[in-house]
Amino acid sequence: MQVNETGAFVPTVVAFCCNWCSYAGADLSGTNRLQYPSNIKIIRVPCSCRVNPMFILRAFQRGADGVILCGCHPGDCHYTTGNYYTRRRMTLLFSMLDYLGIERERTRVEWVSAAEGQKFAETMKSFAAEIAALGPNRRLEDLRCRK
Amino acid sequence: MQEMMKKRAMELLADGTVTRVIGWRRGEFSYDISPAVFEDAAQIERDFVWDAFCGANVSKYLIRESAKGRVLAFLKPCDAFSMNQLLAEHRVKRENVYLIGIPCAGKADIDRIKARGIDGVTGIEEDGEAFVVHTIYGDERVGRADVLAERCLVCKSKRHPVYDELLGEEGEDLPDDARFAGVEKLEAMTAEERFAFWRGELSKCIRCNACRNVCPACTCENCVFDNPDSGISQKAAADPFEENMYHIIRAFHVAGRCTDCGECSRVCPEHIPLHLLNRKFIKDIDELYGTYRAGEDDETKNPLTSFTEGDAEPAVVRKRGRA
Repeated sequence: MQVNETGAFVPTVVAFCCNWCSYAGADLSGTNRLQYPSNIKIIRVPCSCRVNPMFILRAFQRGADGVILCGCHPGDCHYTTGNYYTRRRMTLLFSMLDYLGIERERTRVEWVSAAEGQKFAETMKSFAAEIAALGPNRRLEDLRCRK
Repeated sequence: MQEMMKKRAMELLADGTVTRVIGWRRGEFSYDISPAVFEDAAQIERDFVWDAFCGANVSKYLIRESAKGRVLAFLKPCDAFSMNQLLAEHRVKRENVYLIGIPCAGKADIDRIKARGIDGVTGIEEDGEAFVVHTIYGDERVGRADVLAERCLVCKSKRHPVYDELLGEEGEDLPDDARFAGVEKLEAMTAEERFAFWRGELSKCIRCNACRNVCPACTCENCVFDNPDSGISQKAAADPFEENMYHIIRAFHVAGRCTDCGECSRVCPEHIPLHLLNRKFIKDIDELYGTYRAGEDDETKNPLTSFTEGDAEPAVVRKRGRA
């Protein structure tokens, strides 16, 4: 668990971003000098559909406090239909995590296009704040991975 | 029924329609009945069993057996759903199997029988709305509802979606409402209660892999959990995370293909109610993407390999009745 200089909890947030929209959106927010929290760790994936449910669980295992998955808006997928499958999979996975008693706020899916640098920064800010308020992930962490 | 099945199996072996028969054979105890392959009439005559302890689903065995030549299998309605799903996934060649549908009025759960103080069980017979349990201390008569397996109490269908011939009469679909009562009960709890419930259940897991090995939907030749790089090939007791991970991913991998045959819960040596995970996925799929029953037919697309433009967003999970 990371804390800042005032002792407040700083969450680790993993953001899976699709190469064609959201990663470019993140890039745009950078070139526009828009700030978003530095504790967001971006992992670039070819398509949001590449994200296996295991990736999300694995992120929690290795110490993530929240996981957000960003992809192209439905209908805009570079591979035509990838994000439609993502949408169904993640809905079911998040529902299952909720069913197992894992806080439902820890996982999120957002559609961010390459032109939405502003939205990317805002989404990350709000998500990081939400996770910070929620506290560290204790229900889905692997104690052996705790630093 | 058992004699009819034996007779039909021997006829089909004799006329060369099939080369082997999949049925059930008694193990060490009368209630310890497992699927078995029979190769000739003498074996069938000696070992073939069909009674209220024959709960095992034989459809998964057909993947391997049907590759060696034409096989006869006796299918209960829930086995027939699993079988149809395997046929739809091209795991079994239709021409390599000869399927006989058999009626099923529900199978007895030996643990429920023992819980009633009945010991030394040597056999079971169906008698109308009751079972007559033979024991070394004499016969005991127990109500059907008192000893049926949970999955049979909420049976979804008495109908065979696939068969070559039927022995006995074809049944009908049964109302679904009771099936999801367990899931609804959990959904009504708070997140803390649910977490405590599942920790209590899943921490019993010894990672024996029985649920995976018996599951007719778990048919990958190389399972993700057998990959040493997956980091979860070891016994789950090492950390609670692995238990959660294993069961979430296993349920997810069969989501949309699980026919809710209940084998995972039946074989679990720790009595973890694993069917509650699978039923949660079935319930969510029904609610979000329209009623879908795996194994119903081989044309409807699996809800996880299809989509519509107006599907619910994942945020729907957050918006649901907050606990």
